[in-house]
Amino acid sequence: MPALDRRRFLHASATSLATIGVMSSVPAWARGASLTGGLMQQGFDEVSGATIDLTIGAGPRSVQGRRGPGIAVNGSVPGPLVRLTEGSPVRINVTNTLDADSSIHWHGLLVPFQFDGVPGVSFPGIKPGQTFTYALPPIRQAGTYWWHSHSDLQEQAGHYGPIVIDPAAPDPVQADRDYVLLLSEFTSLMPHAIMDKLKKGEGYFNYQKTTWTDDYPLSGADRRMWAKMRMMPTDILDVTGSTYTYLANGFGPKEGMEFLFNPGERIRIRVINGSSMSFFNVRIPGATMHIVAADGQNVRPVPVEEFQIGTAETYDFIVEPTGEAMTIVAESMDRSGMAVATLASRPGARAPVPALRDPPLLTMADMGMSGMGHGGMAGMQGGGGAMAGMDHSAMGHGNTDSATIPAMTTASEPMGGMDMGGMNMRDTSMLPPDVKVGPGLDMVAMNPVDRMGDPGIGLAGLPHKVLTYKDLVALEPNDDLRTPSRQMEIHLTGNMERFMWSFDGKKFSAVSDDPIRFANNERVRVKLVNDTMMAHPIHLHGHFFELVNGSPADRQPQKHTVIVQPGGSAMFDLTADEPGDWAFHCHLLYHMHAGMFQIVTVAGAPDTPHDERGGESE
Amino acid sequence: MKPLLALLLLGAATPAIAQHTGHTMPMGMPMPKPTPTPTPKASPKPAAPTKKATPAPARKAAPAKKPVTRPQTDPADSRASPPPAEGAMDHSTMDHGAMDQGQLDQGTAGSADPSMPEDHARMDMGAMDHSQMDMGAMAMPIPATAPPAAAGSGPPRAADAIWGAEAMRASREALRDEQGGQKFLWFMADRAEYQMREGKNGYLWDVQGYYGGDIDKFWFKSEGEGSFDQKAESAEVQALYSRAISPWFNLQAGVRQDFAPRDRTYAVVGVQGLAPYLFDIDAAAFLSDEGDLTARFEGELDQRITQRLILQPRAEVNLAAQDIPELGIGAGLDTLELGVRLRYEVAREFAPYVGVEQSWKIGKSADYARLRGEDPGVTNYVVGIRLWF
Repeated sequence: MPALDRRRFLHASATSLATIGVMSSVPAWARGASLTGGLMQQGFDEVSGATIDLTIGAGPRSVQGRRGPGIAVNGSVPGPLVRLTEGSPVRINVTNTLDADSSIHWHGLLVPFQFDGVPGVSFPGIKPGQTFTYALPPIRQAGTYWWHSHSDLQEQAGHYGPIVIDPAAPDPVQADRDYVLLLSEFTSLMPHAIMDKLKKGEGYFNYQKTTWTDDYPLSGADRRMWAKMRMMPTDILDVTGSTYTYLANGFGPKEGMEFLFNPGERIRIRVINGSSMSFFNVRIPGATMHIVAADGQNVRPVPVEEFQIGTAETYDFIVEPTGEAMTIVAESMDRSGMAVATLASRPGARAPVPALRDPPLLTMADMGMSGMGHGGMAGMQGGGGAMAGMDHSAMGHGNTDSATIPAMTTASEPMGGMDMGGMNMRDTSMLPPDVKVGPGLDMVAMNPVDRMGDPGIGLAGLPHKVLTYKDLVALEPNDDLRTPSRQMEIHLTGNMERFMWSFDGKKFSAVSDDPIRFANNERVRVKLVNDTMMAHPIHLHGHFFELVNGSPADRQPQKHTVIVQPGGSAMFDLTADEPGDWAFHCHLLYHMHAGMFQIVTVAGAPDTPHDERGGESE
Repeated sequence: MKPLLALLLLGAATPAIAQHTGHTMPMGMPMPKPTPTPTPKASPKPAAPTKKATPAPARKAAPAKKPVTRPQTDPADSRASPPPAEGAMDHSTMDHGAMDQGQLDQGTAGSADPSMPEDHARMDMGAMDHSQMDMGAMAMPIPATAPPAAAGSGPPRAADAIWGAEAMRASREALRDEQGGQKFLWFMADRAEYQMREGKNGYLWDVQGYYGGDIDKFWFKSEGEGSFDQKAESAEVQALYSRAISPWFNLQAGVRQDFAPRDRTYAVVGVQGLAPYLFDIDAAAFLSDEGDLTARFEGELDQRITQRLILQPRAEVNLAAQDIPELGIGAGLDTLELGVRLRYEVAREFAPYVGVEQSWKIGKSADYARLRGEDPGVTNYVVGIRLWF
């Protein structure tokens, strides 16, 4: 009787949600009992206080009638909202009831490295049946963050949840209501099955490929050029809506996730991209969103009509909903599906849900040829395929401007009918010597300009304002205003066909004993160069870095995750002042799992056990 | 400071039309596309009215009531709102210095800014020297030096001091193996088909697979065909070591064992991969234990008609360096096969197909065929299944 089970389950879910804040008794799952009714709860409760208990368990999951494998924390997906307070220490006891090792990483939190939660880097992991205590010293920050497993591919199965840290001082962002919107995915596939298919079937999940019968604005020459390169202009996301149901706080688009408001109220929405493999385009048709925080850090308010959020990023925005209801749309970047939530003035109120927009195509800029697609490049057509016809002064101009005007580098005409014949898409002589050239590197960005002014794949040239990294200005001044003493370049490398991903052409399995090293308190400018046609959200554990985005030096926005657009680059300034070993990786789960991972070592880690080391207990 | 900031935030939140005047056409596109979406569709109402989740607000803030709309000319507003959309500016005449002022806080303008203080005259890209480009893009050059000695050296072992080297070992090895060190098993029946031709119907299989990591793999292949009323016309198995030698190609070497028409063993060396224009290529040379040298070239091309309906032309050429009468092979061009198969991917892994294939024995091979009373040219109509896992 699946229908009956389902109704009972939904009822239970609504009941528990209604009792937020009064839940203090120990529920069944925390006592080791099987998860409720065999199915995991959708949506999350809240845990807070000086001591927090979390229990990791496995079981079946169901979204919109589809069932799949699940890993839940405290019985729900997403797991509970961990509510912390700036300035207060917290002990978090995590019990692993899985039959495999597990872990929890506090994404964006400044913690002693041994409590960062990455098995093999910061600690040994949590063994089956074990309880591990994260003894976190007084929290040094406030804002919106999240937590997730850093073991194997558990995150895909539901092992994640939100973190909100209340500031010690009055919050500069005032709102009448404060909600978390955690975006993620559901799939009926086992996470390892997804990895398997990505490795073996090129474009396995992509059902928006070019065909003889498609409607893409590509000429025959464009199509031949892409085929010649052995690449796909539709390679936007590796895993798509063909298997994913996109979730808002654990609920599918037809499951009616809603946030209540009273007319005239200011609503704060804390958007967390807790997905494994998805970027989302977030918008509320008819409303302006005022971005007030990025990755937990307050920024000067930016009014936008849409923003793209990369995997593992967070954005807080303020919105004043009008009318009876408004729809929050989080469309996957490839537009193969969407997560939907409603701002409702009364329970059940709904606004229209817009249709999915046409899928985007990769552009010249995504191929690493920013600025080459317009102006002086006209001379290239029919030029025998040689670079000789290129107007180099025009290119230089494009380089400068493209950093400023995304609309020009990623003009809506995807290829401009350019003849790419003979152009070397893999000129490895342009790479620094420490990049390993091999089968794992299928492309070298020819002109990897700073693309922080780009709103993200598919969003250039829209008639409404879309957020870019260049819009972000820190609200409070930064404390380290030193000019970086050195700069380094890290190349993001990959092979789409073989599904190989790495930094500098070397998978982590090849460099696990050769970390990226920083002296304690060293200030370094890091340039990330994306030699692939995919956008990568690069995450550094244990630190915030400042985007070199054109903001004044003391107002460069601090982030823990930065999207490097395809064929482009991004720079950040890092003050390496958190001693220890830290994971540094692409936050697309299967890219990380394929090898796009490194360890960053900041010298000066304690060589004696931490006073309050927490750790194992019985 | 804080209350003031809160005020700014509140001010910025007022949906003042004036705030939009600066960027109603933010991107100033050369080819403005019509808005792709805002045509709202009928709301997909939940089927059951019970299907909703209404969480309580995570926080009710202090009764900071929404203020009355602020004067729209307040300079604080323009500071709290983002810089005017840059796309709207005409860059041919744009004064970068002036733009700095508009975008940046006064007092700090002119500090390390990556893109603005750019001297166009210096941006000579003629040499396409990217290191030079980087330098030009920075107000103050930052040296690209190696980490200082204080950064330390050696493998990352900070956690050993906390948890002990022994406790860390297993997880460290697991991490290394998981992040790039995995091995995969692949099996594919590219063609598993029933062949209809004049006189006698037959069968054909063409399967392959591998086990291994990204670079090094064990690769196996098997193919054969025959008629249902006779012994197999051909049957072979190859066991190969495969190494990735470029982004798209593998070099393969190993042995091939034939079971039909005769038992025979070959040494194999070949190349398999994806050629420009997405041709799947498999080319190999075979040296038999009798000293005979032959070669085979196979090419396939997937042409998507729709997302699931795929037309696959296929060509195969067999060559021989000498006559091999007992196998019916003549020196030079031995056989040529041209076929086309139309498959429907029920799933990516499972695709039934229909097709037609024409094969010719050429030159002396054709003579051998006629001697055996066979037609050197054969047309097969095929029905089969392509599957992999």
